[in-house]
Amino acid sequence: MKTDINPIAGNVNMARRSFLRYAGAGVATAAVVGVSACHKDRVIVSPGGTADIGSDDIGILNYAYALEQLEAAFYTEVVAHAYTGISTLELNYMTDIRDHEIVHREFFKAALKTNAIMALTPDFSKIDFTSRDKVLAAAKAFEDLGVQAYDGAGYLIKNADYLTIAGKIVSVEARHAALISNLISPGSFVGDDQIDMNGLNKSSTIAQVLPIANTYLKTKVTASAFNYNG
Amino acid sequence: MNVFNIIEEIEKVDPEVYDRLNPRRAAIKNITSFGSKVAIAALPFALGTMFKRAYGQTTSGVLDVLNFALTLEHLEAAFYTQGVAKAGLIPAANASYLGLIKRDEVAHVKFLQDVITSLKGTPVTAGTYDFTGGNNKGGGPFGDVFTNYATFLAVAQVFEDTGVRAYKGQAPALLGNQTVLTAALSIHAVEARHASAVRKLRHDLNQDANTKPWIVSTATVGNDTGVAAANANYAGEENVTQGGVNLVTALKVSNAIASASFDEPLTKDQVTALVVGSFIVTKPA
Repeated sequence: MKTDINPIAGNVNMARRSFLRYAGAGVATAAVVGVSACHKDRVIVSPGGTADIGSDDIGILNYAYALEQLEAAFYTEVVAHAYTGISTLELNYMTDIRDHEIVHREFFKAALKTNAIMALTPDFSKIDFTSRDKVLAAAKAFEDLGVQAYDGAGYLIKNADYLTIAGKIVSVEARHAALISNLISPGSFVGDDQIDMNGLNKSSTIAQVLPIANTYLKTKVTASAFNYNG
Repeated sequence: MNVFNIIEEIEKVDPEVYDRLNPRRAAIKNITSFGSKVAIAALPFALGTMFKRAYGQTTSGVLDVLNFALTLEHLEAAFYTQGVAKAGLIPAANASYLGLIKRDEVAHVKFLQDVITSLKGTPVTAGTYDFTGGNNKGGGPFGDVFTNYATFLAVAQVFEDTGVRAYKGQAPALLGNQTVLTAALSIHAVEARHASAVRKLRHDLNQDANTKPWIVSTATVGNDTGVAAANANYAGEENVTQGGVNLVTALKVSNAIASASFDEPLTKDQVTALVVGSFIVTKPA
């Protein structure tokens, strides 16, 4: 600010005028910040079928809600139109996983209340639900993506209780992921595509996960507060 | 141990690490230009201080979590190493399966040792183990752990499920710590993958026809393993109230589904009580 005061012509009056001018600007800036903060806390829904998760912990919870919506919709379809030759055991597994994902989805919806993003419309047109191979490949993609998403977003959570909740869910997703991998190929539960040389599950950022999730969604999900604008 | 490698590793998951450590990014990146061996020797200590400033946790608190995790990984690594080495225990068809789990547990030990050392901590050493659960006094509940494959897998399942609970319980202590929390969550997920896989083996081998890859509790009993000696390892898994919402009443789902949808944490004290003085042999007073 002070650099704006002409060091030669500057005097008390000038300084005061500058101060007033900047004070005014300051108020205006504060107002803009106020609006944008308010804007960010609310969930933004564009008319084009896009949902932004929002910011802070609400944003992360909506991120999880979005992924759980996707998974729940997928397994609902899998169970409703079971693939050709599905065994009783596999149908039981798929039904259990569907129910877990629905519980996760409904839990987040209830927890988020009015902060929740809208119900997303999935797009599974690329998945052949009659084919065991195709369904399990898609299931693997969803489960692995979910585990990587939770692991990668955990550090962004500011509330310890929310972090614990996320931890309670991610291990169940990892259990699903390992089962699906084992159904595809027995013994592939810690495949090199998911586990690094230190024995750590890979993790992904929001900006890496959402573009993949969006390929299965008609409603596009963005995360402007987390570097993903679609 | 190479501190610069560690910072580079951190940068892969936390591109702003240099800014967190010091806004004068170049000063950190070019720290070798400071030259002296003294500065290099002091770096691990400086790194710990920097973590505290960057993430708001004390290094000793983070080290406590890491050494607790290492204690459990030592236990698991020793268990699978002994099991895999025992002739005639693991059927050939399952050898690679168990070998992968052993590989991961051994890798976790090495990884945690490296991280602890890089933070200028002292990694805990492996203990003395009694995998019959008898504290080297005989009469443990799993006397045939290395001669009966069913018992071996039952103990494996309990270890894996308990490990998942242990890591989960430590997450809040690492809140916001991109590097260490992300690593801990990533190990946590691998333990859950193991748990799922061991449970599938037990099911497929007809050792327990009701075993599913996830923990299915009743309204009152968390333990679904059929191993009564492990009841305490599963205590609390029957919880169906999450974030103040009773899932059974709110969503009209069964206790089985509600409990299986969420795994529950254990505190450090709870885990210690479960493994020390049984599997981890206590030294005579």
